[in-house]
Amino acid sequence: MIEFRNVTKTFKVGKNEVAAVKNVSLQIDKGDIYGIIGFSGAGKSTLLRLVNMLERPTNGTVHIQGTDVGKLPAKKLRTQRQNIGMIFQNFNLFQSRTVAGNIAYPLKLAGISKAKIQSRVNELLQFVGLEDKAKHYPEQLSGGQKQRVGIARALASSPDILICDEATSALDPNTTADILRLLKKVNSDLGITILLITHEMGVIQSICNKVAIMENGEVIEKGRVFDTFTDPQHETTQRFIQSVQQDLPSEQVLKEWTESGGGTLYRILFKGDSAIDPILSTTARKYDIDFNIVYGSVRELEERLFGNLIISFIGDSDKTNQVIQELEKIVDIKEVYASWQ
Amino acid sequence: MAVDWSTFWPRILEATGETLIMVIATLIFGSIFGIVIGLLLFVTRENNILENKVVFQLLNFLINIIRPIPFIIFLVAISQLTRLVMGTTIGTAAAIFPMTIVASFTIARVVENNLVSIDPGVIEAAKAMGASPLRIIFTVLIPEALGPLILGLTFVSIALIDFSAVAGTVGGGGLGHIAMTYGYQRFDASVMIVTVLILIVMVQIAQWLGNTISKKIMRR
Ligand SMILES: Nc1ncnc2c1ncn2[C@@H]1O[C@H](COP(=O)(O)OP(=O)(O)OP(=O)(O)O)[C@@H](O)[C@H]1O
Ligand SMILES: [Mg+2]
Repeated sequence: MIEFRNVTKTFKVGKNEVAAVKNVSLQIDKGDIYGIIGFSGAGKSTLLRLVNMLERPTNGTVHIQGTDVGKLPAKKLRTQRQNIGMIFQNFNLFQSRTVAGNIAYPLKLAGISKAKIQSRVNELLQFVGLEDKAKHYPEQLSGGQKQRVGIARALASSPDILICDEATSALDPNTTADILRLLKKVNSDLGITILLITHEMGVIQSICNKVAIMENGEVIEKGRVFDTFTDPQHETTQRFIQSVQQDLPSEQVLKEWTESGGGTLYRILFKGDSAIDPILSTTARKYDIDFNIVYGSVRELEERLFGNLIISFIGDSDKTNQVIQELEKIVDIKEVYASWQ
Repeated sequence: MAVDWSTFWPRILEATGETLIMVIATLIFGSIFGIVIGLLLFVTRENNILENKVVFQLLNFLINIIRPIPFIIFLVAISQLTRLVMGTTIGTAAAIFPMTIVASFTIARVVENNLVSIDPGVIEAAKAMGASPLRIIFTVLIPEALGPLILGLTFVSIALIDFSAVAGTVGGGGLGHIAMTYGYQRFDASVMIVTVLILIVMVQIAQWLGNTISKKIMRR
């Protein structure tokens, strides 16, 4: 659907060159909600703006449905842009137009008749849940409502692709969740492929199926969200994941545990298909030892379960080792050290 | 020598009409040229939708040399050109020519300033939707800047009332001419007071009109 092939973008700032995007290759498939995450200045916005040629690549090419968009002549590019809806962190609504006027704008660009525009606008207002706000002006709306208008406007010309530049970063957590739900609906009900950028791992966790992590203009890790969360490779990725899930008790608690004579702690990760409870208890029972769940969490990613348990075993150390060996065959189990982090 | 008010009122009325014509005609022509130049100045800026260094530098240079010249000097300096274009250097029509030039460049700057204050994100959004540069000019830049633009034009039109009086003193007709010939040269304070009062009323009406219209557009 969207393919970046060895894309590099450098900006000239005075005499210096800033490489905002460095040799990025990415493939976004039809139906994906693809998230790109990175810290400020990582080059996310630049990468996103390359999709509709708001920025032109210094090197490499960007392909949409097989077409090299960088090679399109001006008029064809404008038609292509009508097929790529875009939403923004600051909404970028026309202040001089009403909500309905904002949503109608891309339809007017596409040369659609007045009567059809009217019915399409109503349909979109309904889709984003703003039927009663058609005649309001942007300044009369809340942030969440403004973003709904932004989404309706981006969807107006029935694009195949929606690109989102920090669409929820200006919103509070509740409103963020609403907008993310709406984006999910855009993807599942309308079959629109979404490419979004964010600096919040929570956004990736709640709606994306694939993720790429950017740092200093480069994509340092990419893959399915489930795999990335359960088995992060890069240190930056681990930092992002820790920002949304605390997989260990705090250092303080760990210290107290050790000082109060608590036994060795083990961290068990289990992914979706392996239900942990029976495995743990049957194995423990087999070797006649007990276990104690000290800490843990189970979360849903891409509609699969991912669990993280911190346990200690109570019983003979030989037997404990045997239990661990047996568990290792089925799940991911590691000893936890107090200074693990 | 006292003024004969019974014959003088019609003169005042006529002069007021001349001033109004000068100001309104200049405002119309100056707005047309000024808005075009201002838009060009904005869209040819660096990184803008029709970036063009040559056009930008040229317009910028022209504005920067014409604007600082005091109007009375400018008026005299281009009188030969005025004669060439308007056929005369005396009277209302002759005053409109230099006034339009100055107004055009002043309005161009006002327009540019108002356009610069539009959120660039909005222009980018239109671009991302597939709008052409010309389309952006007419459906985004002008409507988004219209409210403050009206206030800017109001400001200019008040300056034009002032300019028309200056033009009047050197043969341009209008209230400036009356004030000069009767009030200044014949030391008649009452004529001066009447013309000043009329000018004040004009300014008030212009400002009120501008405020009302821009308020309506900006909804605040
Ligand atoms: N038009 C530009 N001219 C010069 N430098 C630019 C331009 N746009 C971006 N950059 C630089 O490129 C780098 C990447 O910027 P970009 O906006 O893509 O980062 P980002 O990941 O979106 O950051 P943020 O999360 O803060 O939005 C930064 O160092 C930035 O200063
Ligand atoms: Mg950004």
